[in-house]
Amino acid sequence: MATLSLKAVTKAFGPTKVIHGIDLDIAHGEFIVFVGPSGCGKSTLLRMIAGLEDVSTGDVEIDGAVVNAIPAAERGLAMVFQSYALYPHMSVKQNLSFGLENLGTPKAEIARRVDEAARMLRIEPLLARKPGQLSGGQRQRVAIGRAVVREPKIFLFDEPLSNLDAELRVQMRIEIGNLHQRLGNTMIYVTHDQVEAMTMADRIAVLRDGRLEQFGKPLDLYNRPANLFVAGFIGSPRMNFLSGKIAGVGANSVDVALDGGGTVSIPCAPEGAQPGEAVKFGIRPEHIGLTVNGAGDAALAVTLTEQLGGESYLHGALPSGETLSMRLAGQTRVARGDSIGLTLGEPGFRHLFHTDSGLAFAPLA
Amino acid sequence: MMTSTDFSAFFGRKRGRNGFDWTDALAYTYLVIGILIVLLPVVWMAVSSVKSQAALGENDPRILPYDQALVTPPNGGRPLGVFTLTRENGTVEEVALVAPRGANALVYALSKPNETFEVPRKSLTRKDVLQPHFENYTDPTIGQASTFKFLRYFWNSTFVTVVATLLTLLTNAMAAFALSKYKFRGRDAIVLIIVATLLIPPTVILVPLFITVQSFGLFNSLWGVIIPAVATPTGVFLLRQYMLTIPDELLEAARMDGASEWKIFWRIMLPLALPALAVLAILSVIWRWNDFMWPLIVLTQSEVFTLQLGLSTFKGELNDNMHYLLAMTVLTLLPVTLVFVFLQKHITTGIANTGLK
Repeated sequence: MATLSLKAVTKAFGPTKVIHGIDLDIAHGEFIVFVGPSGCGKSTLLRMIAGLEDVSTGDVEIDGAVVNAIPAAERGLAMVFQSYALYPHMSVKQNLSFGLENLGTPKAEIARRVDEAARMLRIEPLLARKPGQLSGGQRQRVAIGRAVVREPKIFLFDEPLSNLDAELRVQMRIEIGNLHQRLGNTMIYVTHDQVEAMTMADRIAVLRDGRLEQFGKPLDLYNRPANLFVAGFIGSPRMNFLSGKIAGVGANSVDVALDGGGTVSIPCAPEGAQPGEAVKFGIRPEHIGLTVNGAGDAALAVTLTEQLGGESYLHGALPSGETLSMRLAGQTRVARGDSIGLTLGEPGFRHLFHTDSGLAFAPLA
Repeated sequence: MMTSTDFSAFFGRKRGRNGFDWTDALAYTYLVIGILIVLLPVVWMAVSSVKSQAALGENDPRILPYDQALVTPPNGGRPLGVFTLTRENGTVEEVALVAPRGANALVYALSKPNETFEVPRKSLTRKDVLQPHFENYTDPTIGQASTFKFLRYFWNSTFVTVVATLLTLLTNAMAAFALSKYKFRGRDAIVLIIVATLLIPPTVILVPLFITVQSFGLFNSLWGVIIPAVATPTGVFLLRQYMLTIPDELLEAARMDGASEWKIFWRIMLPLALPALAVLAILSVIWRWNDFMWPLIVLTQSEVFTLQLGLSTFKGELNDNMHYLLAMTVLTLLPVTLVFVFLQKHITTGIANTGLK
């Protein structure tokens, strides 16, 4: 069993504060992904959990015990580095057994665990080689194997797939997922790729500028983003945002007059909604519909069509000048220069945010 | 090994694409002069080391070891020098010089050893024969009579060189590890101070160093030669610069693997710093083996002399054993030369990697 708690954790490098107080509770066996743009502090946070960086204030707790003062070597965690950090002068086998030797594990046990990990990760034929003789994907497997043999309380992954090509990345994503299924350990995985986050995580922590923007299940983040940043970060292509003003407040909805013309009604808890307040209306590309006759909520002048075969993306501008993207299933005949009519989604797929704070209006339960 | 085509390609390198550029001529002239300046004294020493004491004494300019031919007189006694007698009628005969008689000399012909006669000394020319004197090598080493205890000095020099080099590698690597991989207040200042000590000429600290060594009771002890030489600014700087290039993530990975800091140093840092360690090892071997001034000050009893000190005993105020000095210098040069020949590849690659010149 391994649970992890961060309690008001901060980190400052000299006068520069990079983590501004993060609280997080991770249960045993969860696959947690820290995601955010570069420089958001996600790697620093992971290194603080690992013990490679000191915590400036706040507490890191593993299994309920504060580990702030315990060095990385004694925390019982394992980490897979972005550069893999395999020991270049040791064979794969020595790389795998180094950690166990440090723990004083008996030789027979080391051999058993190394063999098992090698079999699981299909690196058995490589055991005698040096890391320099391996391909990127093989090195990745060895790096994971080095973590696996330790049977750590928690696995930490620091952008482990960013050095692999696209195809291998998809494959390794699946393998890490399978590994988690099989081992059942707690895993914390750092990435800047929201697709990795969505596909692998039990829960995602979205970070920006050293702050936790939202922490929740992938689809919750997708369906109910807490603020403009999460709404824009999760989902690809990103959510469209249109400026508007609150025109009317109902019991379970808010009507918004878009600056580009037209009015949309968004079902949400209208607390704090003031008529006339500037708001952002959010709608995902996949929720925008094409009308047959050019009528609808808005008119779009198409500037770019992307045909992927199975689906198509249209990019264009509204009369107000705001840009908009939409996704169509299948193929389309709409071409650059065409003007088309849109429906701005079923009411349930609409999002509304305060322009000032960026916070979302709470969706209806 | 280099093949013959490698050699011709190497020695035939030139700048001009077709034919010999004038810069090539300059370059080759410069290189040839350089080689001669470096190599000639060594070649002269090696060749002269088998000359007789007499030949060295009269500064015989010939390259090969010539001695005057000697012959034992028929009635026994001291060997006599052989000369070539050129008579006025042009005939040539070999004679042995029995004794000088003013402007003449009393000689006998080698063909008729019992008839002595006088000839003008001007008509005699010395007859030399090729005679290498290998006893220059054997006398001081395996000969019993000599005061030069080659094996004792050789052992002392080897002990000093090996132990000092091992200690140098260990302590300098530890210092370099701390100065390259740990962050602490004043780290850069310490590096700067260490490098700055390169500016101090060794002669300046000779006296204080001697007092220190003596007060530790290391006078006339090999440890008095070894310990002051162990910490070298060059070594610390060279290793530190190399260790800076070893990624921190390797150390962090080892920390995650539960390795102690000592183990990280021993199992990760040292093996990865091997090229730089090889460079420092070679430098240290050469420094310690060739060191003369410091051992001369610390060691005064011949039991603890190093080879370099032993060599200096051949050239005293009252004696001049140039033939032994040269022969033993050749022997002394051999070990470092061999070390250099076999490891010079490491020196060039290692120095290239450490970014030092």
